Amino acid sequence: MGAARPSAASGRPAHHWWNDERARGYLYQVLLLLLVVAVGWFLVGNTLTNLNSRHIATGFGFLDREASFGISEHVIDYAPTDSYSRALLVGLLNTLEVSVVGIILSTLLGIVTGIARLSANWIVARVAAVYVEIVRDVPLLLQLFFWYQLITESLPVPRQAINVLDLVFVSNRGLKIPSPVWDGHWFVVTGAFLLAAAVSVALGRWAARRQERTGRYFPVLRVSLAMLCGLPLLAFLAGGGSLAFDVPVLAGFNFRGGYTLTPEFAALLVGLVFYTGGFIGEIVRSGILAVPHGQTEAARSLGLSRAMTLRLVVLPQSLRVVIPPLTSQYLNLTKNSTLAVAIGFPDLVSVANTAINQTGQAVEGVVIIMAIYLVISLALSLFMNWYNQRVALKGGAP
Amino acid sequence: MKYFLSAAAVCLTAAVSLPAQAGQTFDAVKARGTVTCGVHTGLGGFGAPDAKGEWAGLDVDVCRAVAAAVFGDAKKVRYVPLSAQQRLTALQSGEIDLLSRNTTWTMSRDTASGLLFTAVNFYDGQGFLVNKKLGVKGAKDLNGATVCVQTGTTTELNLADFARANKIELKPVTIENFEEAANAFVSGRCDAMTSDGSQLAAIRANQTPNPDDYVILPERISKEPLATAVRQGDDQWFNIVKWTFQAMIEAEERGVTSANVDDMTKSSDPNVQRLLGVTAGMGKGLGVDDKWAYNIIKQVGNYGESFERNVGHGSKLKLDRGLNALWTRGGMMYAIPVR
Amino acid sequence: MTTEPTVGLLTVPWRWSRRHLFQSPGSSVLTLLAAWLLWKVLPSAVNWALVKAVWSGDPAACRASGGACWAFVTEKYRLILFGIYPYDEQWRPLTAIVVFVVMMLASAHPSCWRRWLIWMWAGGLVLVGILMWGGVPGLPYVSNDRWGGLPLTLILSATGIVLSFPLALLLALGRRSRLPAVRAASVAYIELWRGVPLVSVLFMASIMFPLFLPEGITVDKLLRAQAGIILFTAAYLAENVRGGLQAIARGQFEAADALGLSYWQKTRLIILPQALRLVIPPLVGQFITTFKDTSLVVIIGLYDLLSSTKMALSDPQWRAFYIEGYVVAALIYTVFTAAMSYYSQYLERRLDRDRRRS
Repeated sequence: MGAARPSAASGRPAHHWWNDERARGYLYQVLLLLLVVAVGWFLVGNTLTNLNSRHIATGFGFLDREASFGISEHVIDYAPTDSYSRALLVGLLNTLEVSVVGIILSTLLGIVTGIARLSANWIVARVAAVYVEIVRDVPLLLQLFFWYQLITESLPVPRQAINVLDLVFVSNRGLKIPSPVWDGHWFVVTGAFLLAAAVSVALGRWAARRQERTGRYFPVLRVSLAMLCGLPLLAFLAGGGSLAFDVPVLAGFNFRGGYTLTPEFAALLVGLVFYTGGFIGEIVRSGILAVPHGQTEAARSLGLSRAMTLRLVVLPQSLRVVIPPLTSQYLNLTKNSTLAVAIGFPDLVSVANTAINQTGQAVEGVVIIMAIYLVISLALSLFMNWYNQRVALKGGAP
Repeated sequence: MKYFLSAAAVCLTAAVSLPAQAGQTFDAVKARGTVTCGVHTGLGGFGAPDAKGEWAGLDVDVCRAVAAAVFGDAKKVRYVPLSAQQRLTALQSGEIDLLSRNTTWTMSRDTASGLLFTAVNFYDGQGFLVNKKLGVKGAKDLNGATVCVQTGTTTELNLADFARANKIELKPVTIENFEEAANAFVSGRCDAMTSDGSQLAAIRANQTPNPDDYVILPERISKEPLATAVRQGDDQWFNIVKWTFQAMIEAEERGVTSANVDDMTKSSDPNVQRLLGVTAGMGKGLGVDDKWAYNIIKQVGNYGESFERNVGHGSKLKLDRGLNALWTRGGMMYAIPVR
Repeated sequence: MTTEPTVGLLTVPWRWSRRHLFQSPGSSVLTLLAAWLLWKVLPSAVNWALVKAVWSGDPAACRASGGACWAFVTEKYRLILFGIYPYDEQWRPLTAIVVFVVMMLASAHPSCWRRWLIWMWAGGLVLVGILMWGGVPGLPYVSNDRWGGLPLTLILSATGIVLSFPLALLLALGRRSRLPAVRAASVAYIELWRGVPLVSVLFMASIMFPLFLPEGITVDKLLRAQAGIILFTAAYLAENVRGGLQAIARGQFEAADALGLSYWQKTRLIILPQALRLVIPPLVGQFITTFKDTSLVVIIGLYDLLSSTKMALSDPQWRAFYIEGYVVAALIYTVFTAAMSYYSQYLERRLDRDRRRS
């Protein structure tokens, strides 16, 4: 906020009310409100008149009707007999799926890229720079078209699929991998993994506290990794060393069984991750550069290794600089996932557009799309703000 | 949320709604001086720009005919290429005056969507296009197949219905853009492509590297009456579009073509005289010139000419008239009397 | 980079690589890995793009060679560059491109940031409009549904950024206003537009907009898409400008107040000139984003550079050479965006220097 201004009382004497700054302020606000209301009234009025005179159905009643169109990818069960609201939910979950996976992968790629850009290794730095330059300069939609066409045109048909050990198959129908058959063994192994994860978290906290108190270091990472791999392995061996998998087999036109990563999902994900990864890489780079070099030198002189300096000294400090621009990249990625419509991945916008077309209720459809995206954006912003504050507090506290 | 919005909508409707005025669309068209016509983004034979960028096709001819009837000039059309997903919304909103774009006439589109279909200009049915290498003989052999389909079409719904009725599993790959969907099929992303038979013929002729490698399966799994639509709220405009098409069929029935239309004005047949405006007064009811049908036939041709030029044996698609022949030749095209 | 004295023929490269490629075992492994990758990729890429490439001829010749089919580009470059603009009139969009490039170059150097620049852009955009539309003696009228290719991309992005700028200024000032209604309206506008995807905005602008107007009133489709881009860009731009406003020292506001300047005088004479200098690099960044985002108009059926490339690729004879098509489109985009991003880096350095000096 700006500084205090001279009020009418302390400045020149006010002869007329319009010389009074506060009164003028009220006037401006009233005018603005009137303008907003008038424009809103005009648009809403026209829309309703038009909907009425054209006999276009209104209201959200269509949400309960049968959608009767198929959706190729769904996280939850879906059949054409389900309702429009369920179809929209399927679309929303697809959007969230690609966004969440995309955010995680592009963050990893971005961190690697950002560090590589600053690497003392000339060739690594060059390769990273070229990658960043290319993905940032070319429109995402073009990249998506490219990836999609590359996947569908260059991969073989299912009958000549690239076969890895009869377990994994790559064809232009997507990547097929074996999926677990959920029986008792699987639950035991998964349980062991979850247990290991929980113990690792607790161990991490304990080690941090102990180190703060006594200064003694505990190799959390190695122990945790050993547990995360070891416990499930033990459970696996204890269970007789056998786990049931549903292995994809070629039947008729296509593979049956197993998990599928479809070309549409893959192209969208690869496109989003490569594109956003380039931007995040630059953010990470500037974040690292924002940490004064003296910090690194001090850490090295304390005997910390290069990797530990990066992990313990540089990255935590640069996080504070990095979080705000990172938030907008995450938001961009989520919004960019709407480009799915161009390559046939059934995200929220794609499903909603189909619903609009089948029901003829465009206004409601667009209201739904916009409302959902607003909620996603606001939720993500709030979360990142909260995280930002946490990081800032930790870093700022003496 | 849902109820609140509905309630708000009802209140506002009550507050601001005005009686709908008749003739809004037609008045707007006349004032503007062009017909704004929604067409396909590029479906050879039905609606696509040719090498010179001029729009041509069976559906495009309906647009041109309407312009000829209203303005006496078939060129006074502004074409708005639309994807399947956008077309109905574009018509509802007023973005276009009429929609002539392979659109299937269904009840819900006539009722809930606020549209009115005028006349069927192509009787079609949904089929499957497959590569011959697949060795499939009929649509029911497609169990487990991946099928490319364009979103926002009745095709998408029929595919789901067909799979349900025959208890087979079909995986749809739905793509918004027609070209992209066809591309995905040709590149082998899908085992089959489903669409209206005529569109499949267009894909086979225009978009496959070698049309002989592909075959359209014999079954038609649906009825697809492809029709021209207008927006509700202007009955006069509805009539103009409806009768424009009737005039094209009537002309074919009476043997009036773009070549002989000037001679036919001298015909003694009262039906022909009424059609060509020799008998005065027929245009008045529509609110257009008496020569409206003459202008259509002179500048666009009758339905048979349009068919042969765009999709028939004079074109790349080489479709037979089939259901689209005149009723006198075993087809479904039957003109309502112009009198 | 290195300043070692030259001792022997191989000493410099040797020392250089010791320092930059093999400083540690881990680094050496990475270097070898990268070198191996490049050795695998580069020769075959060069082979494909240059050695075995076909520069002219028909699809059959391309398929026979197995190299890049630049013949596709030689055959279709006018369709890619100008879309379906009438063939004989294509010198006009070409001139429009030149006008844009000249204007961008003219606005590049900070010594040119004067008032005449605004008039030049206004005049330039009018000139481009006359060129593209025609309708004056000597230039036949070309309706804007025939516009396409690179000129359309440039028009949409340049007009978008130029016209969204005043709106963005108002929004940024509004968001920092003391008047609660003004602040609320600005915040609502900015957050609403930043919350929704551009695809939906364009869908609304192109297909649904007439529904919001009285029957019979129509606004040109290109204009609506342009308006959508302007309103959308303004929200993002406003946040950039706000960043600049926040960076102005408190004393500047107080000093202006002490001089008895009114709010608008203060804003126009003291605050904005300083704030805008600060935000020029992010503004260039926003321009790059807008430039790339215009490619989304492919979804609403406008023939920008990306759509015209796809149109050229829809010819079944040439369909197999999509990589060439996309590479060319990507190169055209890259020429513009890379130039702008280097420019932005140059500006950042320059402004940094200025700041340190003062």
